[in-house]
Amino acid sequence: MNKIPAPTIEYGTLAPMLLVFGAAVLGVLVEAFAPRYLRKSIHVPLTLLSLAGAFVLVVVQTMTKGAPTAPAAMGAVAVDGPALFLWGVILVLAFVSVLLINDEGQFVASAAAVPGTAAEDEAEAEGRAHTEIYPLVLFAVGGMMLFPASNDLLVMFVALEVMSLPLYLLCGLARRRRLLSQEAAMKYFLLGAFSSAFFLYGTALVYGYAGSVDLAKISDALGTGGVLDPLLLAGLALLGVGLMFKVGAAPFQAWKPDVYQGAPTPITALMASGVLVAAVGAVLRVLWVGLGNLDWDWRPVMWGVAALTMIVGSVLAITQTEIKRMLAYSSIAHAGFLLIGVLATFDAAEQNADSLSAILFYLLVYGFTTVGAFAVVTMVREAGGEAGHLSRWAGLGKRSPMLAGVFAFFLLAFAGIPLTSGFFGKYAVFVAALRSGSESGDSMGAWMTGLVVVAVLASAIAAFFYVRVIVLMFFSEPLADGPTVASPSAGTAAVIALALLVTAVVGVYPQPILDIAHQAASGLFVR
Amino acid sequence: MTTEYLVLSGILFVIGALGVLIRRNAIVVFMCVELMLNACNLAFVTFARQWGNLDGQIIAFFVMVVAAAEVVVGLAIIVTIFRTRRSASVDDANLLKY
Repeated sequence: MNKIPAPTIEYGTLAPMLLVFGAAVLGVLVEAFAPRYLRKSIHVPLTLLSLAGAFVLVVVQTMTKGAPTAPAAMGAVAVDGPALFLWGVILVLAFVSVLLINDEGQFVASAAAVPGTAAEDEAEAEGRAHTEIYPLVLFAVGGMMLFPASNDLLVMFVALEVMSLPLYLLCGLARRRRLLSQEAAMKYFLLGAFSSAFFLYGTALVYGYAGSVDLAKISDALGTGGVLDPLLLAGLALLGVGLMFKVGAAPFQAWKPDVYQGAPTPITALMASGVLVAAVGAVLRVLWVGLGNLDWDWRPVMWGVAALTMIVGSVLAITQTEIKRMLAYSSIAHAGFLLIGVLATFDAAEQNADSLSAILFYLLVYGFTTVGAFAVVTMVREAGGEAGHLSRWAGLGKRSPMLAGVFAFFLLAFAGIPLTSGFFGKYAVFVAALRSGSESGDSMGAWMTGLVVVAVLASAIAAFFYVRVIVLMFFSEPLADGPTVASPSAGTAAVIALALLVTAVVGVYPQPILDIAHQAASGLFVR
Repeated sequence: MTTEYLVLSGILFVIGALGVLIRRNAIVVFMCVELMLNACNLAFVTFARQWGNLDGQIIAFFVMVVAAAEVVVGLAIIVTIFRTRRSASVDDANLLKY
């Protein structure tokens, strides 16, 4: 009788992810067994230590063993150079987001109490709090780590859901403006579930074509197949819908402004940084490992998506009057710039490490600036919570020049002004795109140059609305009843300081980070 | 022999997708999403039969578990919004726009 061969799991390689998931499960147990008054004091160290520990494991693994050259867990999870880099970035961004989440007054006392009723007042008066937030964040972070590292489409689907389901809930837990928060949660949930159903049907059709959901086997099937099968094309289109939704690329960007505005700001910071990093990583892996043989077919489509995303993001941002909504449209525009980076990694010379390192670098600098900007947003408050409307920010530079100056610096980094990290991020991606277009024998060459022209125009439009906010803060009279600037807690101050440090230092001296990104990219994705 | 099942799965998926776009009640919209996931399951097991391997059937189990988790989260969100607004219509939730 044949024995079933036992699967092998490389626990050492997967340790950072397992640590985060393990801490999340422990957090659920704490929630079940620890008395209420102790929970937060257990959750905070548990969450922060597990994220820091996972980061240390990632660094140790990179320094000692280097990136593995074969996928782990029977080919289900690929922990390669780019994945380790993205894990490091996601873990640091999650750590600083948790510092923001720790702040008092961001989350509702009891989500089950109907807004505006006695039950809500009672929960507030009792000082109740939803400490479930911490394990939920850990599960989401675990999903974010698995998403760009998954080497087959089934694991990728599970990772997508593990990442998204906790975020749907977290979006609905804002303390102030609860109707907006609940509405954001519902919209995010319904649209997110809709898009993951598309992703899954795409997976089913690709499985029907290739006979496997393993990315390497899909790639082999594509390499041998002669004619294009309608089954395959439909499958790829549906997969693309699911992935582009998570990145927030046009025409699937509609959820982003609503969700970013309604969600509690620390959660928005986590979504705008961590989820975007994870989603772009997953897009890169699917296109690179799975669909590399078919790049002639999807590159024109991605070209259109990237151009549309940049234009929609930049143009619609001009009309916004709400600060978080404006940052959401800015995030859409940046998703477009990131997609240029994705396109640039494919050219006539096939896959090249230089372009991959450019996009990894861009993800890192953009993530930090975003968290910093949202941290500033949490500090500008008025009676009903954060001062969301842009008109309320008028004259902030005269009342608290420090804070307004820091925010202006982050906005300039978004715009990509020299001496900020955003400049080198954009520069690296644009140069990569131009270089990929200049390879001889590539018919997409002129198109890539055109895309960079569109990107530069979109950056110019985007610079307009960033500068408009700066002008509003520094060159208009402060309102008599203007918002107050809360004195930051130690955590928030640390987050802003770190974001400022990264944005400024990388803006002046980017070489060390570029070197790390290049080293991570040099191994390429394992198959 | 499997074409009929694939056509049925396609029809179910399209009914689900149209339902999400057309129906107003959040619960019904959500049920349509579940219908889409079930269409995926049917496609997976059909292709598993066609290829003669078990991958697709195992994936169907994963999808069922994920769908169950999604129900828990989704109903929690929809019930909360119903208690606040006394309505589960997705058209009523219109504070966030443009």
